[in-house]
Amino acid sequence: MNQQTQQFETVIGLEVHLQLDTKTKIFCGCANAFGHEPNTLTCPVCLGLPGSLPVFNKQVLEYGIKIGLALNCTVSSFIKFDRKNYYYPDLPKAYQISQYDMPVARNGFIMAPSQNGESKKIRIHRAHLEEDAGKLIHDDAANCSLVDYNRTGTPLMEIVSEPDMHSPQDAYEYLQMLKLTLQYLNVSDCDMEKGSLRCDANISIRPVGQTNLGTKTEIKNMNSFKAVKEALSYEIGRQESVVRSGGVIVQETRLWDENKQMTFSMRSKEEAHDYRYFPEPDLVPFTVSEQKIEEIKTALPELPLQKQARIKERYRLNDYDSFILVQDPLVAGFFEECVTLYPDAKKICNWITGPVLQELNAKKVPITELKLSPKNLTTLIQKVEEGVVSNLVGKDILKNILETGQDAGDIIQSQGLAQVSDDGALLKIVDELIKENEKVVGQIKAGEEKAIGFLVGQGMKKMQGKANPKKITELLKRRILDV
Amino acid sequence: MISKNDVKYVASLSRIHLKDEEVQALTQDLERILGYIKNLEKLDTSHVEPTSHVLPLKNVFREDIIKPSFSQQEALKISVEQQNGFFKVPKIIE
Ligand SMILES: [Zn+2]
Repeated sequence: MNQQTQQFETVIGLEVHLQLDTKTKIFCGCANAFGHEPNTLTCPVCLGLPGSLPVFNKQVLEYGIKIGLALNCTVSSFIKFDRKNYYYPDLPKAYQISQYDMPVARNGFIMAPSQNGESKKIRIHRAHLEEDAGKLIHDDAANCSLVDYNRTGTPLMEIVSEPDMHSPQDAYEYLQMLKLTLQYLNVSDCDMEKGSLRCDANISIRPVGQTNLGTKTEIKNMNSFKAVKEALSYEIGRQESVVRSGGVIVQETRLWDENKQMTFSMRSKEEAHDYRYFPEPDLVPFTVSEQKIEEIKTALPELPLQKQARIKERYRLNDYDSFILVQDPLVAGFFEECVTLYPDAKKICNWITGPVLQELNAKKVPITELKLSPKNLTTLIQKVEEGVVSNLVGKDILKNILETGQDAGDIIQSQGLAQVSDDGALLKIVDELIKENEKVVGQIKAGEEKAIGFLVGQGMKKMQGKANPKKITELLKRRILDV
Repeated sequence: MISKNDVKYVASLSRIHLKDEEVQALTQDLERILGYIKNLEKLDTSHVEPTSHVLPLKNVFREDIIKPSFSQQEALKISVEQQNGFFKVPKIIE
């Protein structure tokens, strides 16, 4: 077939490294914390000093099992650690304690909802525990590198997918769902900027119809989900143009350059991949009982898709609304608390997914840190629905609540925001309007009922927005058209 | 068969510089060690559980409780060079 017209299929697998949010590191009692002065969280174990011995943190295994179960994996009843040997200054022992052939979990899957509303099943190959390395800072000017070992020994879970994704969008949706699931589990802050969640991709292309996988490249250094999408799109284009021009793809690691929007070969020596794994002699093996697994399974929180299905059905919301609500378990919780206070779930949902989420995105704080309580929000919604204030004024009141935390009712009262629905006061305004706008009144009488909107607008202005527009319309019609 | 190149390769992975005569001697040593393993392979181990650790122990855990760490000064005592609280190493080229 002509190489120029050949159609290709993309195959993508992702490796996600997740830092687990335990109090201490995986094999020593140093605090597992971010943002401290360099080299203030180390000890003989995580610095790899001779004579020191690692001891496994119980909590790390529990988190590992929890993640495995949430990803529908089979949790191993017997696990052990292995040494992965390589030399790098961020690795003081010159080996990383990882898991080679007996990972905590394997053979799982995740359902990732896609844009068209359908869900895609992405299989999880395995998930294993290991220790993080230190942090290297390259100082080009001084021609040296600086090492901070605080991160050394931070517990990591590496989650390896099967090559089940076929586009950058697939990868993006998988990552979104994986992250959301992990956030629900409360095992990590999943913050890519802090490096709590990191993602590498394996990507290859093959002619459509071919079953064998093409030669893959590994893409690293992607610092956001957006970067993953961009890097994969770039790499597909690069691989296709290599093949179309008669070249072959070289199996290699490539780094994504955010500024140049390109991937570059890392040009590492081949031997860097000869890790010579062997069983870790400093750690004895671990067994996980059926009972333990069952215990952790029972304690799993409601996961995003379960929550969505329940919320959708119980409160009669559509797919979109329920999906938006479960994107943050705290927001979903806030919503459900509101529904216990005010019966119109759809109205509550609109307020939350609209102005409240806007505020959350702008401030980047959890909903629990807003000065808005479910009680206060539902009071406000009720005032709007009863016509005490207009929808527009309601939005202003919400802004006020978010700033001051004041009660909606108090704000309406103290600022005199209640709409005037009293016929006497409004009739006076209506008569003024009719006097001042003879021409428009003429149009309305001639059958141009739309022109009434102009008068209502003028009336609202006169009342500084505090009138009930429905009421003004009614009175105008009565006066002008005698209905 | 272990070749001299195998020994040189393993040495380079381990960042060990060997003289020619050392390569020669180590090649013979490794050959003998692997020969011994060959003998062991003759045993029928089909009914033996794989050993992942020689100690008859399992499930040695630590509770997730913070213990004091080294001070920065203490940690950096073992450094060859330091700068602003960091270990300073030759530049790593990626
Ligand atoms: Zn430590």
